[in-house]
Amino acid sequence: MSNPVNIPGNLKFTSSHEWVKTEADGTVSIGITQHAQELLGDMVFVETPEVGRKLKAKEECAVVESVKAAADIYAPVNGVVTAVNSELDSTPEDINADPYGSWMFRMKPDNPADVAALMDAKAYQAVVDSEAH
Amino acid sequence: MSLKQTPLNAAHRVLNAKMGDFGGWDMPVNYGSQIDEHHQVRKDCGMFDVSHMRVVDVRGAGVRSFLRYLLANNVDKLTFSGKALYSCMLLENGGVIDDLIVYFMNEHWFRIVVNAGTADKDIAWMKQQAAKHLPQLDITDHPELAMIAVQGPSARAKVWEALPGSRESTEKLASFSAVEMGTMFIARTGYTGEDGFEIMIPAKEAASLWATLAEKGVKPIGLGARDTLRLEAGMNLYGQDMDESINPLEAGLAWTVDLKSERNFIGKAALLSNPPTRKLVGLMLLDRGVLRGHQQVVTAHGAGEITSGSFSPTLEKSIALARVPKNVQIGDSVQVEIREKLLNAKVVKYPFARNGKGLI
Repeated sequence: MSNPVNIPGNLKFTSSHEWVKTEADGTVSIGITQHAQELLGDMVFVETPEVGRKLKAKEECAVVESVKAAADIYAPVNGVVTAVNSELDSTPEDINADPYGSWMFRMKPDNPADVAALMDAKAYQAVVDSEAH
Repeated sequence: MSLKQTPLNAAHRVLNAKMGDFGGWDMPVNYGSQIDEHHQVRKDCGMFDVSHMRVVDVRGAGVRSFLRYLLANNVDKLTFSGKALYSCMLLENGGVIDDLIVYFMNEHWFRIVVNAGTADKDIAWMKQQAAKHLPQLDITDHPELAMIAVQGPSARAKVWEALPGSRESTEKLASFSAVEMGTMFIARTGYTGEDGFEIMIPAKEAASLWATLAEKGVKPIGLGARDTLRLEAGMNLYGQDMDESINPLEAGLAWTVDLKSERNFIGKAALLSNPPTRKLVGLMLLDRGVLRGHQQVVTAHGAGEITSGSFSPTLEKSIALARVPKNVQIGDSVQVEIREKLLNAKVVKYPFARNGKGLI
């Protein structure tokens, strides 16, 4: 079916296909997975949340649009937006070329344990596999 | 319900195409990057599997007079064998049953190509009308015919390389006309705003033609790029820009409806008694975002709605077709509601791009 999906082991994942990376300062970077970018196709637009916005887990907070369709991005955990990657405004195609290098926004989680409780690479792989059938 | 497959389905899968449902058919959306495929067609050429479209032959004495009544455009414009005409087929109330291309071959044979998703209802309608007016006509569809569109500035040259004898047969072929060559029916038509051919070919020969074209360097293009190409070219898509609830005068298709001649046709009375209150216009988004079908348009003359919208790879901006109140003019500033925000857009003349170039 689809190409082999590369899922980095050091990241956490959501069932809505966001990846979550814990940074050295305790914030988390959020982007969309290889599988998600492949499903959506060529990216042409990214809308990021405002810095300072308080988010609840599973709240719609950003949007990516490909030529084909728009997709909502959900907050992986409760927390506050601390930074956005505005470079993607002019180069949304970076998400296709390097999905795990293209973070969209960063959050300071209210509770780091919420991040630890997210899916690991193996669990996320199972989600991807189940969608292939 | 399982999806229907064209004779090229295996070829698409070998190329690892992303597949999707188009009118009940399992068709390639793209073979990698839709945007790259789009540029490939505008700048060079590419080939599309459009075998899901249906060929319908109408044969018998009086076929021209039947089509004069059946179709909103006037088949009397077809004056030489092979000449093609774009037309809508209307309900009595003026709603569009389908849009199609009709080819005049001879006074006993016209060929019609209709959309995949509407083919069965189109044929049923044609037969129902024929039964009332000219029951001896033979209306036969040809699901056994595949269709490959080769489109782009170098499309004709590539087809000539791939198909021996095709140069002699088609070099003088005028735009929007067709010729038979052996088992093939080659039309200089398309749905991209570029030059090229649509080749109808028996299903069992289709994979071989596809492979030969690929050997000559013709790249496969998915139906995703076909949609952005046709939108840039300002060509309507049935089911989005018009359907049975919309008449052609409100779908930017007045140029295809002949209301001047004495000729009567199905839907004419309704069109004459219901002057249009809306029209189709082009939009270009000025703010960041992507225009999509069904987004609401706010104008100084009332509300409108986007019928088709996407990102234009040629213009690198978002563009759309929208149905708006008839007093909206080219150059007007309007707003489009996207995710509960009002974004600024401009009303523009379309087509947006054709023949390799952006026009805006």
